[in-house]
Amino acid sequence: MSTTVAERRTPRGRRSRQWLGYLPYLLPGLVAFTVVILIPFGMNVYYSLHKWKGGNAPMRWYGFGNYADLLHDEKFLTSFQNSIWMIVAMVVVPTLLGLILAAVLFDVLGKRFGPRTASVLRATYYLPQILPVAVAGVLWNWILNAQTGAINEVLRSLGVENPPNWLGDTTTALPTVMLVLIWIQIGYPVVIFMSALQRVDPELYEAAELDGAGWVHRFRAITIPQIKPETFVITLTCTVAALKVFGPIYVLTRGGPESSTLVPSYYSYLNFFDKSKVGYGAAIANVLTLLIILVAVAIMVLQARSARREEEGH
Amino acid sequence: MAAQTETVRVTKPAPARATDTDQRHHRGKARWFVLAAAIVVAVLMMVPFVIMVLNAFKSPQDYSQNGPLSWPSTFYTDGLTAFWDRVNFPEKLMNSIWISATVAVFGTLLSLFSAYAIGVGRVKGRMWLVTLFLLANMLPQEVLVYPLFQMANKVGLNNNQWSVIIIFTVIQSAFGTYLLASVLGTFPKALLEAAALDGAGRWRTLWGVVFPVVRPTLSVLVIFFFIWTWNEFFIPLVMLTTNATQTIPVALASLQGDRMMDAPTTNAGALVSMIPAIIFFLLFQRTLTRGVTAGAVK
Repeated sequence: MSTTVAERRTPRGRRSRQWLGYLPYLLPGLVAFTVVILIPFGMNVYYSLHKWKGGNAPMRWYGFGNYADLLHDEKFLTSFQNSIWMIVAMVVVPTLLGLILAAVLFDVLGKRFGPRTASVLRATYYLPQILPVAVAGVLWNWILNAQTGAINEVLRSLGVENPPNWLGDTTTALPTVMLVLIWIQIGYPVVIFMSALQRVDPELYEAAELDGAGWVHRFRAITIPQIKPETFVITLTCTVAALKVFGPIYVLTRGGPESSTLVPSYYSYLNFFDKSKVGYGAAIANVLTLLIILVAVAIMVLQARSARREEEGH
Repeated sequence: MAAQTETVRVTKPAPARATDTDQRHHRGKARWFVLAAAIVVAVLMMVPFVIMVLNAFKSPQDYSQNGPLSWPSTFYTDGLTAFWDRVNFPEKLMNSIWISATVAVFGTLLSLFSAYAIGVGRVKGRMWLVTLFLLANMLPQEVLVYPLFQMANKVGLNNNQWSVIIIFTVIQSAFGTYLLASVLGTFPKALLEAAALDGAGRWRTLWGVVFPVVRPTLSVLVIFFFIWTWNEFFIPLVMLTTNATQTIPVALASLQGDRMMDAPTTNAGALVSMIPAIIFFLLFQRTLTRGVTAGAVK
């Protein structure tokens, strides 16, 4: 008896401490992570509590002054307001359009015109996603240019005397940037939703069809609930991307005209490298980070709750 | 993939019922309408590319006379050569390839090591680690950039591509670890036990047992890290301050507002700059799609 107990105890004890042997494999990642992410993040928090012109200039303790100043900074408030429009352009519209496009490609075109038609169309929608945003931005900047751009050349040849200055007018700049972002973004949900649809058991649809459910009914009763996990992932990744957006703004408008397309990340960059207000820029970046973490955690909690409810329901 | 389409094909045509004929007739017309709508969307997506190609080969005079939609009157390549020389394109191409490829290899390796400890080794606190890595991947780069810029200056890596390589190796591997750890968390126990019985240590188990099994996932990571790093803009813009070190996107963007850039040169520049991305896309289309969805399904 006693021997079996001893035999049992040793492997269990060994197993519980076995993970220690794997620590050397974790070390490079942890060291690199600390040096490149944790320490800089800590430094950024430290900077944000100071007034500092950057470089060798003296740092002056300012406490939470930078954060207090943010509350009265109209540009800062505008930039976060614009973030909501970025979410519309990068999350809401692409997800809804992407869902429709994916369902159409998978359900109608894939089945009636062959999978090849569907995959060619899918690749076409996805193409802007692989372009470096800077390249896409330069291209659109020319297309939308007031004097020499393609759109206004066409409008002039059609007899429009004063075509709009798309990116240069405070009323049109934001909607124009949003359209470009939709163009860039749309392929991502299409690809993910299409693979999600492949995962759904076709028998579900057949059963529904036998019961006489129409396409819209099947879409609502089967498709949407079945692809919920993917919808959460798209919402999470695209919302984070929309809050972080920098490249397209830098290339298309630099936040202008008159801050009409200003976003937090560009405003922070502006303070760092243009206005030499490093502490202030750091504070903006920290507020943005906090917001992103809050939004990400909220979406993850919602996802977990929805998954749990589903399990209980089954 | 093949097996999946096969099953769909087998199950699909079976339920053909007589009562459906009316409805199907109606659907026959509707499907053409749906196809037309999907093609219209595809055309809208492609228009920018098409007019770019059209105008990359026009002379400035041709462009101002005949507008952006006309066919080029002559095959004009001076815009192309002007861009090629002005940005020293081969140099930028090499910079982009070097940075992206190095990050892809190092980032994947680092992800594999960390994920091996978390997924197979089940180190303590692994849930926290994975969450930490995931959050790090979501951070806006603005929150890191100024300190990193300062640090690079201090260690003599200012305007050095290694600064960019190190930063993106870590940022990409944060995502790679998150993805790979969940894959390795379900690694077949029998394989690991067999390796242990054969007397293989952790190092040999990693390369002899784990690595061959997860190689497809690793190749997806390599391709993803390459293309993500290739497309990166913000940190290279800040870190790489001279022409000789810049990547293609930074070089192209910094040409903007240059008075010498007429419309055909702009288009030629955009065209040349997107060609590497397009070639990459065509080569790895299937892997890319697989990778996008691997990231989604976890």
